[in-house]
Amino acid sequence: MNVVIDTKQVKDGSVLYVRGEIDAYTAPLVSKQLLPLVTATDSKTVSIDLRHVSYMDSTGVGMLIGALKASKQSGCQLVLENVTPRIQRLFRITGLSKIIPVKPLGGEED
Amino acid sequence: MSRRHLKKKYEELLLAFLRLGAEDQLYSAQQLGKWFLRQNVAPEDIIDFHLAALEHHVELSGPVRASFQLLTEVMIEYGIAYREHLFLRDKQQQLESEIEVAVTMQHTLLPEELPAPSALDIGMISVPCKKMSGDYYNFLVRDDHTLGIAVADIVGKGIPAAMSMSMIKYAMDGLSGCAAFPAEMLCHLNRVVERNIDPSMFITMVYGAYDLQEHRFRYAVAGHEPGFWYRSCRKELYDLEGSGLALGLQCDSTYEEYELQLEQGDLIILFTDGVTERKVGNHFLRRTELKALIMELIDLPCQEIVDSLYRKLLNLSNHELPDDHTMIAIRRTK
Repeated sequence: MNVVIDTKQVKDGSVLYVRGEIDAYTAPLVSKQLLPLVTATDSKTVSIDLRHVSYMDSTGVGMLIGALKASKQSGCQLVLENVTPRIQRLFRITGLSKIIPVKPLGGEED
Repeated sequence: MSRRHLKKKYEELLLAFLRLGAEDQLYSAQQLGKWFLRQNVAPEDIIDFHLAALEHHVELSGPVRASFQLLTEVMIEYGIAYREHLFLRDKQQQLESEIEVAVTMQHTLLPEELPAPSALDIGMISVPCKKMSGDYYNFLVRDDHTLGIAVADIVGKGIPAAMSMSMIKYAMDGLSGCAAFPAEMLCHLNRVVERNIDPSMFITMVYGAYDLQEHRFRYAVAGHEPGFWYRSCRKELYDLEGSGLALGLQCDSTYEEYELQLEQGDLIILFTDGVTERKVGNHFLRRTELKALIMELIDLPCQEIVDSLYRKLLNLSNHELPDDHTMIAIRRTK
């Protein structure tokens, strides 16, 4: 599978570092690591660092929406960080950036 | 054929081989092996046939006879695995025929033919990357000079996506009163989808209402790339503007409407992300590249545009279709 996931505990929550491509095959792997973090009772914020994600399709967006809905139930805030211009465009088109805070990496959308 | 008969057949073959040692018997053994497979004869049974045939004609020493017990035990495991294989093969065939039924059913959810209003040329292509498609398109033909056009992408592929398609189709059928009002149409569809879909799923859609008298195209977008507008007077292809939350994300989403005035020769191109999200060599297809490809075809009839573009993109992406590919092109001809 073309994805590597690392987690790091920080004050009030955790950061999930994802590297590779998030598609129909790899989105369940990311979800498996992400869901326990956003539903943990002591977790206030979970950031996903997407700096090294070269590709994401709509299945990836669906996975993030599933995590967002789970995080709302547990009172945790989900944040997407270092989003590349191409993925930023996907988030803008699907409307995801209207419901999840997205911090771009910089550069023009393709 | 009875077990006794099978045993006899095997014994005759073995004796002929021991007597003549010819290629003919080896060939017959291959054929018999295939026949045994078709008759579901277990491997341990063949060992039993072999031992029984030998015992009839050869004096076997104790250790040789005993060794067959060991061999039989080993082959029993093979027999179990083989029967399991047969069971799974039957299951797979059953599943495949069920999927075929579902594929046929899915086709009934899509329009049987393209509308052909006198002032428009319409081309359409929709190719699933697997057996079942997550792309949906629809045309709503109304008496009030409105042609409704929907292009949607149900997130995820395969059977779950296909099942959601029926929800969209029946919801749209019930909303024909909103056909001329794109924002309202998406608002209603969003509420249906939000109530009925899994939390990790959503549907993107662009819905447009083409006024066949005024040649105005009003559209709204729900998380979907809106497409292109070719203006023949400027010979340029423009990105359609527009954004809005995908269907199913929030129950109270509202949508903005956008409007274009089409002149003779103008073209609207709507598509799903299967058209754009593909690798060309080492990079993902750029929007500028896609626009250049479309511009090479822009003067062709609409059906030829969408068909030729599909073939070009397939060639560029090494004949791989990573996602369902749907494109609709509409040109004002008069």
